[in-house]
Amino acid sequence: MKKDKFIISKKNFSSRLIVGTGKYKSMQECAKAINLSGAEIVTVAVRRVNITDKKKPLLMDYIDPKKITYLPNTAGCFNSKEALRTLRLAREIGGWKLVKLEVLGDKKNLFPEMIETLKSTEVLTKEGFKVMVYCNDDPLMAKRLENAGACAIMPLAAPIGSGLGIINEINIRIIRKQTKLPLIIDAGLGQASDAAIAMELGCDGVLVNTAIAKAKKPFQMALAFKNAVIAGRQSYLSGRIKKTLYGNPSSPKSGII
Amino acid sequence: MKKKIKIKLNGKFKAINYNSTLFNIVQKNKIPLSKVAIELNQEIVDKKKIKSINLKNNDKIEIVHFIGGG
Repeated sequence: MKKDKFIISKKNFSSRLIVGTGKYKSMQECAKAINLSGAEIVTVAVRRVNITDKKKPLLMDYIDPKKITYLPNTAGCFNSKEALRTLRLAREIGGWKLVKLEVLGDKKNLFPEMIETLKSTEVLTKEGFKVMVYCNDDPLMAKRLENAGACAIMPLAAPIGSGLGIINEINIRIIRKQTKLPLIIDAGLGQASDAAIAMELGCDGVLVNTAIAKAKKPFQMALAFKNAVIAGRQSYLSGRIKKTLYGNPSSPKSGII
Repeated sequence: MKKKIKIKLNGKFKAINYNSTLFNIVQKNKIPLSKVAIELNQEIVDKKKIKSINLKNNDKIEIVHFIGGG
């Protein structure tokens, strides 16, 4: 069997599941869930150091950036200026060039602000960043991001944290057909089967945070997502049967007693 | 008494000694330098040069790191 490679910005990964590190009860829980998920890339946020409480645990003490690829994000940024500032700071922490750009446009639905996202993608690419871009599920915008230099297209399945699963399969299929860039479903997944569906649509990977972190049993859900991503990918590569309107017996029709 | 100046560190006002360097602030607050990025008045600072950066009245310092996020 030919090796099934998952390459982002010339780097080879074996897990197609990317997980977020937010919303866990503790750093320990987060680290264990990541371990169980098999993820090799995790998203992280850039925030102020807590000056008053110096004993607060640090993410880097629990998740080793030498073993797990940190993907700094711009969560909480509502315009290009804030996003650029955040990612330039992230790069300064330790040379991170692979980043996730996420510019939000509305506090209630958390949909991406695509004009600002596009502008930011252009600037960051020129500055040498490798930009994985959170976007809406619009094939036209996905194309423009690709032309602007994005290194991965990351359309939402549904609003961030909503758990609704993939709302617009058709658009995801169209984006899949039009791009050779890594296509990663980001945001809105609720359960493991949503990830399997994303993979069966031909996506290269999925990014999950809330569905694991806020599940009643996050460790079990981390494993479930791991398995679902593998199953979905294998299913996609296996070439599914055609759907038919009527039945087709599985046992031979001849030799019936 | 030593002369003091007022700075803003991560959104909070602080009175510090006149002639303090950015390095003094980092040291005093036990900041793990390899795990943070520093901005002085919205400009990113080269962490290697913080010993030679003297702080002025009303300087705004932001020190950030990575935390859990989606």
